[in-house]
Amino acid sequence: MENVSALRKVTNSLQRIMSILVKELRQLSRDRPTFAMIVIIPLIQLLLFGFAINTDVRELPVSIVDDSRTYYSRALIEALKATQVIRVVRQDATPQEAENALQRGTVRAALLIPSDFNQRLNDGRPPAQWLVDGSDTMISSAILKLQTMPFSAIEGIQSVSPRALFEVVLYYNPEQRSVVNIVPGLVGVILTMTMIMFTSAALVRERERGNLELLIATPVHPMELMIGKIVPYIFVGLIQTGIIISLGHLIFDVPFVGSIVQMLLATMLFISASLTLGLIISTCTETQLQAMQMTVFILLPSILLSGFMFPFEGMPVAAQWLSELLPATHYMRLMRGIVLRGAEIQCMSNNALYLGVFTIAGLMVAAKRFKKSLD
Amino acid sequence: MSLAISAKGLTRCFGDFIAVDRLDLSIEEKTIFGFLGPNGSGKSTTLRMLTGLLTPSHGDICVLGLDIPKQSEALRLRLGYMTQKFSLYDDLSIEENLKFMAQVFNLPGREVNKRIDAQLTVYGLDQRRKRMAGSLSGGQRQRLALAAATLHEPELLLLDEPTSAVDPENRRDFWETLFDLCDQGATILVSTHYMDEAERCHNLAILEGGIKQADGSPKQLMADMQATVLEVDGTHLRQIREVLTARPEILSAAQQGARLRVLVTNALSNPEEWLKSQWPDAMKDRTIERVRPSLEDVFVHCTGQRRQ
Ligand SMILES: Nc1ncnc2c1ncn2[C@@H]1O[C@H](COP(=O)(O)OP(=O)(O)O)[C@@H](O)[C@H]1O
Ligand SMILES: [Mg+2]
Repeated sequence: MENVSALRKVTNSLQRIMSILVKELRQLSRDRPTFAMIVIIPLIQLLLFGFAINTDVRELPVSIVDDSRTYYSRALIEALKATQVIRVVRQDATPQEAENALQRGTVRAALLIPSDFNQRLNDGRPPAQWLVDGSDTMISSAILKLQTMPFSAIEGIQSVSPRALFEVVLYYNPEQRSVVNIVPGLVGVILTMTMIMFTSAALVRERERGNLELLIATPVHPMELMIGKIVPYIFVGLIQTGIIISLGHLIFDVPFVGSIVQMLLATMLFISASLTLGLIISTCTETQLQAMQMTVFILLPSILLSGFMFPFEGMPVAAQWLSELLPATHYMRLMRGIVLRGAEIQCMSNNALYLGVFTIAGLMVAAKRFKKSLD
Repeated sequence: MSLAISAKGLTRCFGDFIAVDRLDLSIEEKTIFGFLGPNGSGKSTTLRMLTGLLTPSHGDICVLGLDIPKQSEALRLRLGYMTQKFSLYDDLSIEENLKFMAQVFNLPGREVNKRIDAQLTVYGLDQRRKRMAGSLSGGQRQRLALAAATLHEPELLLLDEPTSAVDPENRRDFWETLFDLCDQGATILVSTHYMDEAERCHNLAILEGGIKQADGSPKQLMADMQATVLEVDGTHLRQIREVLTARPEILSAAQQGARLRVLVTNALSNPEEWLKSQWPDAMKDRTIERVRPSLEDVFVHCTGQRRQ
């Protein structure tokens, strides 16, 4: 007898969750602007980030002051051009002129080849000098990388042993295209944005439209309400993930070496975590505008601190701590691991575990904060 | 006779403001009980406390034998609540709204469709079942809200100003439905600011400024009124009204067509003579007639004293 009534309780609870879920889906399907946003946000962001955020520095305008004018100096210039890192836009007669061009901003760097270039090639002194505009670190580091260019790159010089200290082998993304790193991370950013945005408004909207007073006068349990509210959006998030990953593959040629099932699993974990975060926001705001502002408040650190834009390792310790709290950070790691390195969730179980724990704790907090009362 | 609702010393403050002040209530089972009061008199606040949606600042509530707000979850299944503002979903159809409510209340799957069909017929919505709730007229919304509130056949119905956006004909039909529900065994508590509706209730309480000014059956309230109602005819009624209301013995005076309806305190044994002796000139050639008090007189009498 007790079993029967316990079973009854569970089925009743499931029925209530289902009723909320179906209602949310119906409302979502009739809300054209939101429906459009689900598809358009990932599209626009993908194109924007994919094309605009390009950390691959190419074709830097440079000036050349060639005092040597020998076969080797010309071979050096050709070798540099071949790297595509630089584009020679002017030849200057003196270092002074080149410096002026640097100051005016017409060039980003200037190469000085001294008249004793050929001698220097053989006696171990640095054969040539770069003057670099160091104000943009991205640009200067591109030029700095040229330091490691082997002598053998210059045609006609084989005899000299390569002076580079290390040999570096690049795994994954050997062409060093930043878009490859950006696209899987972008999934995290877009999901953070849309998932938190949708659910942060979910309860507030009911309150603003006056539905809440009736809803809390029904037998619905807060936890049932929370679950019924987030499950529809898990599907929405999966659709968005599909759009970004497949378009990233088609347009930007981002490889997908991992397993799709693993990616879906990680994504579902992250979506759930983001949705519960949105629900918590929803329980502590009064209007949709407030909910929106809170969403931006979470979104900004998720973009800046999650490792999406800047490597985690470069952040100060305090920022790293903050970063570890954000679900987006853990998802970034999982996604890059799965999509780019073919890793399995099991080898990054800490990240997955964090997302799971975050979701469950978040749901409990949201349900606890949500009082079935108008006080 | 057992009580569906009893409340003692019910009080609710919002900050310093006292919205409901030491209210005592006894509502008999299977009757229609009315809350009559102007806007801001605390009707909605009281109903919300009785449903357990608002926690009282002081006082005890017992609804259907349950201790509220402690046991309000147990009350949910036995209670139908119609909020003052339409609170079903504008972007769901009539049928979808009812289905949602049916599932939230765990109506057995086999019965849901039958029950919804029956409700749609009773409330005259069966032709429009696919219409979005947001596109309905005031009367249709109100019927939909009542259909939703009674879907699970609750023992107790709390209706907060259900007819405020409804035309008179629809209001009449609505009250017929309420009496049907009452005959079927439901206890109904309804708030209103319409006299004619209050007069239809078995019992009512008159609220003003969060304080219960009087309660009882409409008949009893009219009989017990501590004032006499006189009607004075003639011309220049507006001027006479000003003169009369300046005196404390005159509780109120209001023009009704060609007559002036005057409420005089019971302290005077012969109010007609008193009027004539006080204003011999003004009352000359006028007929002064004693009439039966109406509920409006009771209302004015109860709420007017506070204003003075
Ligand atoms: N949540 C609240 N916060 C502050 N004041 C409130 C709140 N709810 C109601 N009031 C005040 O309490 C008084 C009674 O309100 P209410 O119960 O809605 O009256 P009624 O339903 O009779 O029109 C009003 O003056 C109203 O402004
Ligand atoms: Mg009200």
